[in-house]
Parts: sequence; structure tokens; C-alpha cells
Amino acid sequence: MADRLSILIAEDNAADRMLLSTIVNRQGHRALTASNGLEAVALFQAERPRLVLMDALMPVMDGFEAARRIKLLAGDALVPIIFLTSLSEDEALVRCLDAGGDDFLAKPYNRVILEAKIKAMDRLRRLQETVLHQRDLIARHNEHLLTEQRVAKAVFDKVAHSGCLSSPNIRYLQSPYALFNGDLLLAAFKPSGGMHVLLGDFTGHGLPAAIGAMPLAEVFYSMTAKGYAMADILREANAKLKRILPVGVFCCATLLNLSFQRRVLEVWNGGLPDGYLRRGEQGDLVPLVSRHLPLGVLEPTTFDDKYEVYPLETGDRVFLWSDGVLETCNVDGEAFGEERLRAVFRANQEPEKLFDEIQQAVVDFRGEAHDDISMLEVTLVEEESLNRPPQTFTDSGLMGALDWSASFEYRARTLKRFNPLPYLMQLLLDVQGLRAQAGALYTVFAELYSNALEHGVIGLDSSLKRDALGFARYYQARSERLAKLEDGYVRFHLEVQQAEDGSGRLAVRVEDSGPGFDVATALKAQPSNELLCGRGLRLISQLSSNCDWPEDGKGLRVEFVWPAQA
Amino acid sequence: MSIVHVDATVLAALQDFMGEEYPVLLDTYLLDSEERLRMLREAQRDGDMQALRLTAHSFKGSCSNVGALHLAALCKELEEIGRRGQPDEAPTWIAQVEEEFARVKSLFQAERARFTG
Repeated sequence: MADRLSILIAEDNAADRMLLSTIVNRQGHRALTASNGLEAVALFQAERPRLVLMDALMPVMDGFEAARRIKLLAGDALVPIIFLTSLSEDEALVRCLDAGGDDFLAKPYNRVILEAKIKAMDRLRRLQETVLHQRDLIARHNEHLLTEQRVAKAVFDKVAHSGCLSSPNIRYLQSPYALFNGDLLLAAFKPSGGMHVLLGDFTGHGLPAAIGAMPLAEVFYSMTAKGYAMADILREANAKLKRILPVGVFCCATLLNLSFQRRVLEVWNGGLPDGYLRRGEQGDLVPLVSRHLPLGVLEPTTFDDKYEVYPLETGDRVFLWSDGVLETCNVDGEAFGEERLRAVFRANQEPEKLFDEIQQAVVDFRGEAHDDISMLEVTLVEEESLNRPPQTFTDSGLMGALDWSASFEYRARTLKRFNPLPYLMQLLLDVQGLRAQAGALYTVFAELYSNALEHGVIGLDSSLKRDALGFARYYQARSERLAKLEDGYVRFHLEVQQAEDGSGRLAVRVEDSGPGFDVATALKAQPSNELLCGRGLRLISQLSSNCDWPEDGKGLRVEFVWPAQA
Repeated sequence: MSIVHVDATVLAALQDFMGEEYPVLLDTYLLDSEERLRMLREAQRDGDMQALRLTAHSFKGSCSNVGALHLAALCKELEEIGRRGQPDEAPTWIAQVEEEFARVKSLFQAERARFTG
């Protein structure tokens, strides 16, 4: 019989005991009998019956004490105890319940009622069993889930923290479990100097929100390391997220490109709340407004990588936050909001304390501390003050070609959308002798290329960049002219030579389709490092071993030399 | 209200239900009851009202189960005396219980006789 139960009968009266065990056996259960409480407890320990019929008053140990001990031994499992009693006083019945009794059966016994009670108690017992089973199952699943999250977080931390968030010019606030809130914070040095910083906020919570973080971090770090520009990274990140994320999951993000040498900030904001650029002595606030849909929404063909460019001074600060800051609510359900945030900026006396003041204002507003908001501050500092780790290479570079030359010509349709620098850099960094000056190489090539493209091919006047307004106009004109570009080229001629002792030389010549320009004048006209234009050319001559140009200004020549290998 | 010494319908139901075990149940009841009576006398002799109460309670239960209704009622009185701690009252009631049990016993022995041989 499927629901045959072992049932313990504790009854000191032999006739009653016999009657009860006969009833129980006739119902298909197995009766175990004890004639006092002590026997009952011992039998319970030995046989673990499923249900107990317990006389209240027995010699040696009464039913109340036996019931208490049995309930203790049973632990979480429900072992129903039905008290057998002709006790009629309320007080005695209460004692039965207090001792752990689940029901009563009055004498004289009625077998129909006893059978019904056994069935009812067995249903309760099974229910409890199911609940316990499910509780344990849930606990195991939860443990499993937490383990998975720990592993996911550990793996992710390795990827995410390969960047430069610990750089002294960056301050940030992030929950230890931000990954599972969908918040993502990435920062990496560019090979050419400067850094890329990304604050992202994936839709949703938990694993679905975390799932896109890994590929986005991977794109961000690998492309930044290879020298790709912000627009390239944005396009690739968008395309990748669009491809892999389900509909409805996307990433609101702001990507910053800080160039310490060129003193510019490039900003692309897709769906995050306005960040702020705090500029100059006066602390003018420039909102960094979202002008795009989040990453992972648009098809690659319709994605817009257009970003804004702002000139920077040393000490200028950029603030970004996820919507957690603005949406933080107080006890009345009011959101912290834009206006309160601006008030913190207005009230601020010392810019270096702003970050703490914002954080404190949010905590004060909410009335308690929480760590579920993401916030970031990046300060423009002198690049030398940053402790930049040297670039790492996965191969030894010893297999590289040692004596070669190559020429590349990039034409109008390429110039519009393709960034040739990462490709050229990979080629050149195969030369071991050049690796020590990889940063300078990146910077110089970036300058050579933008010089050739912007001043040569599309004929922009760099003196426009004299002030902030002109700066904006310059970049506006740049994207307009590039969009209309139909003719033109930029050529790189590269020549690598290496001597037996390992010393060597890279000669680069750049030509473009522009009319040429007077380099000497350009250099002379920009004596100050603090001006916005002409800085590029000065950088080139500072960073390379040699830099010269023909009379007509067409075809800048730059040389890098390296010493014999130790 | 007439006194019911043994409820015949209870016995009929027990016989029907217990089958072959019916005479054994009767034997067990009689044997157990003799022991209860001995314990009642002992408790009275020792003036142990708690023991008197417990024994009477237990005796009452088994009497009610076999349909010895009047005996069960007498046990209940005795239980109350024990509970109230009135040793002076005990002897009269114990005597009544003994008298009633003798009657029940002879009735059960007659019932029992139907199954022997």
C-alpha cells in the first residue's frame, strides 16, 4: 500500500493499546506500541515513525514531555502528534498543544474519526515535506546562483580591471555588484597617450544586465590598445551589442576620449543622463548631453558615431553618472533630480571636493547610505603626473622583418570613414626596436594623419581653434567637409632599416592632396603650449628623432631611430 | 435514567471490528482492570491523591472504550476526588467501583464464554 505509515502508539492501558493498534493495522499502517513516554521516545529514535498517537497521562514519563522530546528529535520534519485523551478541561487541552500536539482524539475511540484524522495529519505531513524539499531546493539553487555570480564577477573583474580606473586623475563610485545592476565602468590608456573612459548602464538587472558587459569591455580594451579612435570603438561596440543582445536589452553609455597632449575632450553620449564638464577658474558647467540612442539599438548602417569636441585646460573636470544618482529617492518618494545636482555645483568652493559633495548630497537626500549608484570624475592633468604602465606585447618581436619599405595611399572614400592608424601601428610595432617608443609613435602618426587630412585634404584652418567657440566650429566644419569629400588622398611612405647590432631607423614621409602649407610659419606662429592650435606640429618635432619638410610644405618627413639592443 | 452497565452496541461493534481478537481484547481489559483496581487501593492506602487521579483517569478511558459506561462514570468521580485531593471521600467510591467492576466482569465472562470451546 502506497501510503502505509508507521504509527507510534503510546498508551499505558493495555486494552486501549490493543484496540488502537488493531484499528491502525486494519487501516493498512504499521503500529508500533509503547506503554509509557520514555518507551515512546526510545521507539521514536529507533524507528522514526511518521505519526504518533500519544496518551496524555502515563506513568514514568507523561505524554506532554514525550511529545516535546519527539518534536525536538524530529527537527524540521513534521511528525504529527495526536493526543489521546479524555481530558475535558480547557487547561489540559492547551497543555497538549503547548507540548507540540497537533490534534486530539477523545475516548471512547471512534475508528472512523481516527482514520480521518490520520489521513488529515498525513496530508499536513506531506505538505510540510514538500515545503522542506522545495526550501532545500531553493537554497541549493540560490547557492548555485551565487557561486555562478561570484565566478562571473571574478572573470569580469579580470577583464574590467585590466584598465586604468586606478589612475590618480580618476575617481569613481561603484557598487561591488554593479555588474549585476548593469553598470559598467571602463578606462584605458590609449597608446598615443590620453585615455578612453566609458560609463555604461545596461537595461535590466541580474545576469541579463551583466551579459553584455563582457563583450563591450573586450571591444573597449582591445580596440583602445590597438590605437583605434573613439568612433571606431563606438561603431564596433554598437554592432557587436546589436548582434548579440536580445531585443530590449541595450546599453546607455557615455564614452570619453581625453587627449592630454592635444588638450581636448571628445564626448559621445547615448542615453545616459547629462554629464558635466566643469571648466576653468569660474567652474563653467558644460552639460554633456545625450544625442544618440543607446549602444545596441541601431543597425550598424544607421548608427551615428558623431561626437562633440571640447578644449580642455589642466584642472578641468568631467563628471558622469548613471541614472541612479538623479533617480535616488527620499522618504517622500521625490527624486534627487537635475536641479539639486546643479545646486551642489553652484555651492561648491573647492573643485577637488565636488565629488565628495555630490556623494554626500545624495546620501543626505536619501537619508541613508546605499552603494547602488555609479559615478565618475575624470580630471585633466599633466600627462607626466600619471604613472602609465608600459605597453605590453604578446610576442617577442624578434621575428619581425628588418629591412623593408612600403607605401600606402588612402583615398577619399576611405578617408571618410576608415582610420588607417591601428593597421599601420600593428605593422610598425612588429619591429622590436620601435616598441620602446610606441607611445610617441602613436602620437606622431595620429598628428601626421590628422594634419594631412584636416589641413591638407579638406583644407581646414587650424587657427580657427583659437578659442572654445572656434573649436566647436572647426569640428563642425571637419565633419561637413569629410561628408562631402570626393577626391583627395593621404600617403604614408614607410622605410625600416636595421643594422647588424640591432640599431635602426624608421623614416616616414607623409603626402596629401592639399596645396601644402608653410610649416615654418605655422611653428613660429604658435610659440605657446597653451594655445589650442598648431600644437600638433610641435608635438611631432618633440617626439620624433628628426623632422623636416620640403620648401612647399608638401610631404613632411619624420624619423625615429633606436639604439643597438642590449 | 437507567444505569447502563455494559453498552451492548459497543460490544457488538468491537466484536465486528476486532474479529478473532475480540476475546483477547476482553481478556486484556479484565486483566488490566484488575491491575487498576489494585493500584487504586494502593493509592488510597498511601493517601497518594495524584496516583489515585491518574489511575482512575486511565481506568475511565479503557472502560469507556469497551462500553462499561457506568464504571467509566464512577472512575470519573474518583478522578475528580483525586484532583480535588479529598482522601476521605475515596473509600466509598472505590468500593462502588469494585462492586460495579464485579458486575461488568461477570457480564464479560459470560460474553467471553461464547467463544471458548
